[in-house]
Amino acid sequence: MTTAVQSDNAPGPDQAQPPPQAAPTATDPEGYPQTAKERWIRRAPLLPALVFTIIVTQLPFVATLAISFFNWNAFRPDDRRFVWFDNYVNVFTDADLRKSVFTTVILTVVVVLVSLVLGLGIALLLNRTFFGRGLARTMIIAPFLIVPVAAALLFKHAIYNSTFGLLNGVLRWFGIEGPDWISQFPLTVIEVQLIWQWTPFMTLILLAGLQSRPTDILEAASVDGATGWQTFTNLTLPHMRRYLELAALLGAIYIVQNFDAVFTITSGGLGTANLPYTIYQTLFTAQNYGLASAQGVVVVIASLIIATFALRTVSGLLKDEGAK
Amino acid sequence: MTTAVQTAAAAPTTATATPPGGKKSNLGWLATTATWIIAFIFAAPILWMVLTSFHSENDATQRTPQLFAPLTVEGYRNFFGADGGASPWPALINSAWAAIVSTLVVIALAIPAAYALSVRPVRKWSDVMFFFLSTKMLPAVAGLMPIYLIATRIHMLDNIWFMIIIYTAMNLPIAIWMMRSFLADIPRDLFEAASLDGAGLLQTLRKVIAPIVSPGIASTALICFIFAWNEMLFARVLTGVVAETSPVFLTSFVTSQGQFLAQVCAAATVISLPVLIAGFAAQDKLVQGLSLGAVK
Repeated sequence: MTTAVQSDNAPGPDQAQPPPQAAPTATDPEGYPQTAKERWIRRAPLLPALVFTIIVTQLPFVATLAISFFNWNAFRPDDRRFVWFDNYVNVFTDADLRKSVFTTVILTVVVVLVSLVLGLGIALLLNRTFFGRGLARTMIIAPFLIVPVAAALLFKHAIYNSTFGLLNGVLRWFGIEGPDWISQFPLTVIEVQLIWQWTPFMTLILLAGLQSRPTDILEAASVDGATGWQTFTNLTLPHMRRYLELAALLGAIYIVQNFDAVFTITSGGLGTANLPYTIYQTLFTAQNYGLASAQGVVVVIASLIIATFALRTVSGLLKDEGAK
Repeated sequence: MTTAVQTAAAAPTTATATPPGGKKSNLGWLATTATWIIAFIFAAPILWMVLTSFHSENDATQRTPQLFAPLTVEGYRNFFGADGGASPWPALINSAWAAIVSTLVVIALAIPAAYALSVRPVRKWSDVMFFFLSTKMLPAVAGLMPIYLIATRIHMLDNIWFMIIIYTAMNLPIAIWMMRSFLADIPRDLFEAASLDGAGLLQTLRKVIAPIVSPGIASTALICFIFAWNEMLFARVLTGVVAETSPVFLTSFVTSQGQFLAQVCAAATVISLPVLIAGFAAQDKLVQGLSLGAVK
């Protein structure tokens, strides 16, 4: 799948300068060995990791693809047969499944966009000198370092609970009786919990981006009398484009796959079931292996589309690094 | 990180741009206040979690937040089984074992692989890099079902070693991308000098590369540890009684409790503690790990 992307984006500084060669080895002009034996000696350190990864990560997908063409339900093990695209027809015609696709998209887009905007704002605020900067940074990063299930449980019981949760407790200080957040706004409470956890991730990447801005150009801009806003729109944002893309795409990859928050906060109820949760359900409650596989294949294809953009972004960053 | 350099360079810029005491310094004061308010909002749920974990169940479930209630370790004692519930120790030990062993295997596989992708690269090394990356972009949930079927077939269900294999595969691409970005930073001359001295591959790895990249190896390991420790979907599906990991324990433990808020907070705190420690230890390289080595 990556061929289209990487062939014209061959990254890295190494491409430009061929690797050093041990004197007696015969190498071609690009610095790669010519004899088969030498080539295998070079490949040897790579092979264990490569073979392991192919076996553990690729073979299951091949199996998923194969099973997706079968009618296979664990409750009816004798009725296992090849059914062509029936499972796929079910994936696309089942209203609950369509709903879960829609939920996944909403959840991912909202969480990524909001945490990206918050992350950029916070990164800009943290990219200044002020007293206690290290502590503020630590406080903002901390949510990312709470185990996701623990964070979801914490929000469900200690924050959102209508009787003894922190949210309504604080509102009561001001004489306001808050609603039952989880049943009133099920998807929003999941989104808020995820935004709380993922904003630090965005902040970290964007802060690294801000700190890699060329200082000489920033100085030149301020000597020429550029206002803060002008510097931000003309210098900072274009420089940050790559980092924003990277943060958004990596965030999207993780959040599309989110299971912990949906599972813990609402158990997929109240219209919050996303695709990972639905696949989990199809697999464990319905024990429908064929349908679960077809769902999996659909998710894979959707992720491939996102991943193609992500790979382009990452290879762009590698190229930048090589050009420095 | 580059923080120190950056801020030092940025400070004089603002000073020359505006006269001291003008509009800018008011703005700066405002920005600092805003930063602290935001920092407090982000930390508040965690501070609340820790505070509640030291309250009695009665104080924890009051309708108004009891900020100054007397502190007690009752929640922690109950979490660790004082009230007759299941002990979390087997799950904690399983998690630690799975996270540590898988991390060691990941590092052992990733270092030579990264070497063959940067220092003495194989032909088409960038294709290989993107292959590893693409495995990270495929949603794991799609592979869940066949993996479950395989585990059932080979009788590895509810076996911590099977989780170790899964976590190794899950973290290997991250580790390879990170390690490659560390190895690519090493000056080429060092390798050349080592080769001229007639040092073999293993000796080069041990004497030349290891000392330079060991901070990088440490951060890579910490990040892999975090991901393995946090993982819940596969653990939930593939483990049961014997190999149950902490996140799975956490979800099952809540449903079986009555008055439990302090205990839940104690549990969440205990289970997050290793991640908080590992995360802050790896803080400088956290971005690099999370962005698979793309951002330094």
